Amino acid sequence: MQHFISPVLWQFLTHWLTSSAIWPKQASTVAPWVDALYLSLCLVTGTGIIFVVALIVGFAVRYRKEAHPNAVQIEGSTLLEATWTIIPLAFFLFFFVWGAWLYFRIYNPPADAMNIYVVGKQWMWKAEHPGGQHEINQLHVPTGRNVQLTMISQDVFHSYSLPEFRVKREVIPGRYTTVWFNATTPGTYHLFCSQYCGTLHSGMVGDVVVMTPEDYQEWLKSSTSGMSLAQNGERIFASMGCNQCHTGDAAARGPNLAGIHGTKLQMENGTTQVVTDGFLRDAILNPSAHVPAGWKPIMPTYQGQISEEGLIDLVEYIKSLKTNYRVQQTLMTTESNQAAPNAEGTVKP
Amino acid sequence: MANDATTSMHSEVVAPHDVHEHPWYQRHHFETAEQQREAASFGMWLFLLTEIMFFGGLFMAYLLYRNWYYDAFVSGSNTLSLFLGTLNTVVLITSSFTMACGVWAAETRKKGMLLLFLGITLFLGFVFLGIKGIEYKEKFDLNHVPGAHFDISEFVNPPAHSHEKPLPVDMANRTQIYFSLYFAMTGIHALHMIIGIGILFVLLYKAWQGVYTTGYVQPIENFGLYWHLVDIVWIFLFPLLYLINRH
Amino acid sequence: MSTIVTLPDQTTAKLPKRNYINNEHGLMSWLLTGDHKRIAMLYLVSITFFFLLGGFFAGMVRLELLTPQGDLMSADTYNKMFTMHGIVMIFLFLVPSVPATLGNFVLPIMIGAKDLAFPKINLLSWYLYMAGGIFTIAALVLGGVDTGWTFTTPLSTHYLNTHVVTTATAIFVAGFSSIFTGLNFIVTIHRMRAPGMTWFRLPLFIWSQYAASILMVLGTPVLAISIVLVALERTIGIGVFDPTKGGDPLLFQHLFWFYSHPAVYIMILPGMGVISEVISTFSRKRVFGYTAVAFSSVAIALFGMFVWAHHMFIMGISNYSALVFSLLSMLVAVPSAIKVFNWGFTMQKGSITFETPMLYAMGFLGLFAIGGVTGIFLAALGMDIMLTETYFIVAHFHFVMVGGMLMAFLSGLHFWWPKMTGRMYPESLSKFAAVVTFVGFVLTFFPQFLVGYLGMPRRYHAYPAEYQVLNVLSTAGATVLGIGYMLPILYLGWSLKYGAIAGNNPWQATGLEWQIQSPPLTENFVEIPIVEQEAYDYEWLAHQKEVTTVG
Repeated sequence: MQHFISPVLWQFLTHWLTSSAIWPKQASTVAPWVDALYLSLCLVTGTGIIFVVALIVGFAVRYRKEAHPNAVQIEGSTLLEATWTIIPLAFFLFFFVWGAWLYFRIYNPPADAMNIYVVGKQWMWKAEHPGGQHEINQLHVPTGRNVQLTMISQDVFHSYSLPEFRVKREVIPGRYTTVWFNATTPGTYHLFCSQYCGTLHSGMVGDVVVMTPEDYQEWLKSSTSGMSLAQNGERIFASMGCNQCHTGDAAARGPNLAGIHGTKLQMENGTTQVVTDGFLRDAILNPSAHVPAGWKPIMPTYQGQISEEGLIDLVEYIKSLKTNYRVQQTLMTTESNQAAPNAEGTVKP
Repeated sequence: MANDATTSMHSEVVAPHDVHEHPWYQRHHFETAEQQREAASFGMWLFLLTEIMFFGGLFMAYLLYRNWYYDAFVSGSNTLSLFLGTLNTVVLITSSFTMACGVWAAETRKKGMLLLFLGITLFLGFVFLGIKGIEYKEKFDLNHVPGAHFDISEFVNPPAHSHEKPLPVDMANRTQIYFSLYFAMTGIHALHMIIGIGILFVLLYKAWQGVYTTGYVQPIENFGLYWHLVDIVWIFLFPLLYLINRH
Repeated sequence: MSTIVTLPDQTTAKLPKRNYINNEHGLMSWLLTGDHKRIAMLYLVSITFFFLLGGFFAGMVRLELLTPQGDLMSADTYNKMFTMHGIVMIFLFLVPSVPATLGNFVLPIMIGAKDLAFPKINLLSWYLYMAGGIFTIAALVLGGVDTGWTFTTPLSTHYLNTHVVTTATAIFVAGFSSIFTGLNFIVTIHRMRAPGMTWFRLPLFIWSQYAASILMVLGTPVLAISIVLVALERTIGIGVFDPTKGGDPLLFQHLFWFYSHPAVYIMILPGMGVISEVISTFSRKRVFGYTAVAFSSVAIALFGMFVWAHHMFIMGISNYSALVFSLLSMLVAVPSAIKVFNWGFTMQKGSITFETPMLYAMGFLGLFAIGGVTGIFLAALGMDIMLTETYFIVAHFHFVMVGGMLMAFLSGLHFWWPKMTGRMYPESLSKFAAVVTFVGFVLTFFPQFLVGYLGMPRRYHAYPAEYQVLNVLSTAGATVLGIGYMLPILYLGWSLKYGAIAGNNPWQATGLEWQIQSPPLTENFVEIPIVEQEAYDYEWLAHQKEVTTVG
């Protein structure tokens, strides 16, 4: 074959065909579903296009002037109009339902998903694992586990795109967005920022490293920073003085935070809200808009005082709070003006 | 030869259209003065529609943030002078009335009346802008203009005599959104007033020359429509910005 | 009923002594004209200039993407290139292309009017357009702008140091040019029709212009206000879109796409009108299902107003609004499908010849169909997650905007060129150009669908090496496409002086514009015609007596 075409072109072709140049790898459980929809769409619309082109070319040949000098004036046909209204409409509605189903599957995370936080900024991706592992422009995940990413941007819009997983979600300043996946095949995959974000937009790329669960455990151990997100959060909770009010006592000036995550709260303004990650973040930054019923809006705002990473730590800490024992312990140690407990002491659960 | 092209298109011969005299103001691409008048008026209404869409974007933003930051909007609104706002409303409605009188004067070909009413409308337009200027000046003095010098202290610690509810700092910061919208909306409204006043000067000059009192009333009518729209926008702005939660 | 149409012998045709071109002389007679035909020519010259400018940027973008590394220009320069490409092509070429040139020229004649309702406002539109163009060039000369044509906040308001406000002014001003054109068209169509020209006797070109004008009048002011807010946020720091001040950047997305989605219909609808005219003319047959085609234009305009949030499916809008907007996006595809089938069946039992406008129109049908069905991919929610923000979407809108709209524009330009100038373009060269354009287009943009599904994000200055082959194909195609676009500019210019004399009705088309001399008189008609026939009535045309020249 290569004798017939130029060697350069041949190199090109072989290179192309051997490196998955028209089909991305499937590396998540959802990928085959997306591909199935894509192929069905290609098939149906391809048939439609071939039909239209055949119609036009057919008419063009059959009714060219030489063969058909006498144009027959036709008004139209209600039956035909109805046909080509209803048939495309039926296909479109079919794909609407399929697409919607897939959308909910991709964007509604399962309850048991393990949560990793992602902070986007010009022009890097920071990932924070619950155990305190930090990564930049990389994301290590195990196979066979539902992984949810809770993402926020520090500055402009970004978008977390994982083509081999067939998922993508906008990363927005000021609010958490989430996406989830379940990786199937170990390997290294593309991570792109797909929303234009300034000069080095095309440099805001990285790798997703999918590992077997065992390798992942190894990696977690070797990359730990010594403090989990919740432990970091506990330190911030104390240093910001949160524990002064949120003591959990009956006489406390702020609501009890133990076990609050995931519950429904009756708000002062009459609405009911579910305490999500996003709710906790907003309540720290804009407390007066998030006052639970029966409490006074006395909490100061922490806008501009805590970084997005710090907020993530706090959210993780509040999520992990099951009792108020440690809150009161920390409070007593600060109040009794003893030396701050060393890191070893605070880390122990 | 000239007639062949068109007559050959039709089975019947078209009667020449200029058997009667056209009024001097009819532009020659119109067949009749009536057609010209209808076209101009229809065009004006369409233009008003684009104006409504233009303000519509701002009203959407207002609606959203008023829901989110209601307390901040109430406090921001309470710093406005209800007296000056009401006064301006009265001034503008009166000017709309005098403008309508102006249209009537043009239609009944009363040059003196037309000049008088346009003059009053112009004067009231300036009064409105003057009062608006006083209000803006006050906002500058209080550092309530969004931007680097925006000051929220008045909302966090309201003076004792004001009976205002103190806002927490985070909500007080949101008053900046209120004032952003306040300045954007009233500013763009005022810009429309300024453009209107500019046009009024031209109309006055031409009315003084007697252009509009010989049957050519379309410019006066269209300007009247424009002026009423500016008035109506204010009728919406006033309660939305000044009367959020008056007590 | 059957019709035999024989094209007139052009060797005997003569240029009319008096026409709109030689009626007055001198530069000022053009710059101060109120004649819709002269204004159309002014627009034609200016949009050609901006098309070349935008094309230059596109060429630089494609050239940079030849290699995976960012080696031709710096990242900032590249970002400016694609931003300026988008802004120039959308606001200064596509939006005014068919309405302001072809529409301006033929719309009044088609409905039997002497001019648009407001000739001075028409001229004002052109000056506003030029002012917008000059601001754009000013932004370019001062150092360019790199927001992307979508002006995403807070990137455009707080994070870039380029000439955003200058560009915003340009778009604001050009927007008013488009508002006034739309307003002028609507009033003209309502109030200036010749006696007997009822709504259902209007050529379909008028219906589509009407639908597009409605969108211009309703949508553009919303863009104007969001651009004003962006400029205010940049200059004095109001916080309406700034999340740190409590503003919501998604509000900007809503306001921006409320215009910018209808904007694509503003761009494509007039093109669809051209296709209706051309296919009917060269099939010598009335348009199949006139009412269906007419109402589908209105339906597109109507539904098109309520699909904007499909640009935000991955931005965290609520699931319910995602469902509603996905469904509406599916529905807006139906009238487009209806049109394509009606155009196809217009050819059935016709007597078809394949002059250049028809070749472009057939190219339009194929490419627009592909652009349309890939829209279905993007409207399907789950699929959109994978495809949005990748080269798939770039390919999709270029198929609609370039494969569809630009093909339609070239089709219309060749179709009405004899009417506009009185001279024919060189037929075989232009057929060649049409084929080159088609081939170049497919080669440029089809690989982008594939590279998009591979995941290559749009607006990337550098990309992973494995996407190179498809990008090389695309760049190669762009070269061919560039030749395809240069050819018409050259031979149309040549034909101004050396083209064969066209005569009144070289295509034997039925529109009123073909019943008068080419080029027309300043006020089009000596006598306002009385219309007694429907549009596309070839019987009427065949039984007409000899058509003579005026002037």
